[in-house]
Amino acid sequence: MKRIPIDAGFIPLVDAAPLIVAYEMGFAGEEGIDLRLRKAPSWSTLRDMLVFGQIQAAHMLSPLPVASALGLLRGLPRLNALMVTSLNGTVIGLSSDVAETLKQAGFGFDFTDAVAAGEAIKSLPRPLRIGVPFLMSMHTELVTLWLASLGMTETTDYSIHAIPPQIMAQAVGNDELDLFCVGEPWGSVVVDNAQGALLLPGSAIWSAAPEKVLATSQDWADENPETTNRLMRAVWRASKWLSKPDSATMTAEILRQSQYLNVSAEILDRSLKGRLTINAQGDTRTVPNFIEFHNDAATFPWKSQAAWIGERLAERYHVDGNGAPGTQTVFRSDLYRQALGPIGANLPAASLKVEGALNAPSEVEAIDGSMILGANHFFDGSIYDPDQEK
Amino acid sequence: MAEDLTIVIVEQDKERAHAIVDSLRSSGNMNIHILSGQSRLARSVAELNPDVVLIDVANPSRDTIEQLALASGPLDRPVALFVDRSDGQMTQAAIEAGMSAYVVDGLQSDRIKPIMDAAIARFHMVRRMRTELETTKRALEERKIIDRAKGLLMKLRGLSEEEAYALLRKTAMDQGKRVPDVASALVTASELLS
Repeated sequence: MKRIPIDAGFIPLVDAAPLIVAYEMGFAGEEGIDLRLRKAPSWSTLRDMLVFGQIQAAHMLSPLPVASALGLLRGLPRLNALMVTSLNGTVIGLSSDVAETLKQAGFGFDFTDAVAAGEAIKSLPRPLRIGVPFLMSMHTELVTLWLASLGMTETTDYSIHAIPPQIMAQAVGNDELDLFCVGEPWGSVVVDNAQGALLLPGSAIWSAAPEKVLATSQDWADENPETTNRLMRAVWRASKWLSKPDSATMTAEILRQSQYLNVSAEILDRSLKGRLTINAQGDTRTVPNFIEFHNDAATFPWKSQAAWIGERLAERYHVDGNGAPGTQTVFRSDLYRQALGPIGANLPAASLKVEGALNAPSEVEAIDGSMILGANHFFDGSIYDPDQEK
Repeated sequence: MAEDLTIVIVEQDKERAHAIVDSLRSSGNMNIHILSGQSRLARSVAELNPDVVLIDVANPSRDTIEQLALASGPLDRPVALFVDRSDGQMTQAAIEAGMSAYVVDGLQSDRIKPIMDAAIARFHMVRRMRTELETTKRALEERKIIDRAKGLLMKLRGLSEEEAYALLRKTAMDQGKRVPDVASALVTASELLS
């Protein structure tokens, strides 16, 4: 049988693992897909490659498909999230100077408590210069949500700067930034270059933040239903393999290669095993579920996730979130059910959930009996009920 | 008469940047600035307040430039590439040439078009030259390693040069590999064993 070629793009990050593993461990091949991976230099270029058809699928920031539905990508066609490929996996860090200031003030760097960390950064001189990889990203949403809870507003109290993840360490080292939020391994690289320290994992702000998705253009997904199914199955199986504890070491060995991340396996091990070195003195912190690829329905594209992102984007970009019909439908839980139900994925009874309402993993109703959802809470205890927002 | 355009080129490779400058100058008077570093890029661009920023699609700093282009809100300005999104051909041509342009102010399409055309043509040429150079270099390196592998086989197995090459080729075919890869494996192995 002739294999179906699919060109797929990724940005060199640990959370690109599901696509890379789908190729390297043969899950794509088993589905009859000739997966051709292409490393992209920046998020805007990856987006354009997808939109202009140079690639058919991409490892993508979760807000981008939602932004396309809200008309924030001006004229670019609609993107879809076929499935979520990772929850969390980012870190918030400080420049060495800022870290030293906090340390002098007696801050404990527990790497857990976002409220305490927020209190500590409140005393810093403003405006704070904050680096994120891309403006329309979960990084921006988490950081601005957190800063807003401290009473900080953009421009007066902080400014956000788009800095490519690979260059984040350099920007921190050049004293261009006070704070940064970036996906691994690039936060650990800042620490290893002795240019800064880590303050919090992204999961300390939202424990179940959908970080990256498997994205295609909506037209491509609609016109190629069978190929879309195969691609989703391959990536889903890769994420299942990634969730096995034994897989971490081999994953680091795969990702470290120059055509992927080109970073030492030891640095990659930290995020894959949830044990991060937070400063140049070598202090470590363990974070359970630092990054989640698969378990507890992590891959399900919940419409409530899209709704949450849509509301945040609408607020930040001053557009009417309800004015764009079908913002939620860019998260394709319909395709997920269709493609992955037959191969054993747990399917929840509903495609919407209340975000932030689970302090611990909990059992919910599924199509087939019941299933477990992972902990899902915000640092400030807030709850987002999509049904209440209309 | 319209004022001269201010154009910023973000490019680390000096020769390449100058080649683009030359091609732009031929299409009219303009103020051209070259920024080569990744650091403080955002501030430098903001200070120059250009009408157009040209940057290679392969440059990771493109995300930083895009943020500047969108600073006043995504609905006011084109997200990517060109003044007029309906001009799909120009957009496609630029992507293929490996270039993205951000028009920082509401420039008219007819003013920007000649600049883009000139820059696209130059990008294509520079890219082609670079590819040719890399291909030639690789071919030379591969020939060197095949020669060394042949030499090893001639010495260790008492083969003639032709026989040595035939053996390399047969092994490559049997293993579904390229001759240079087989040769390189042999040379590496012999270095480890000697």
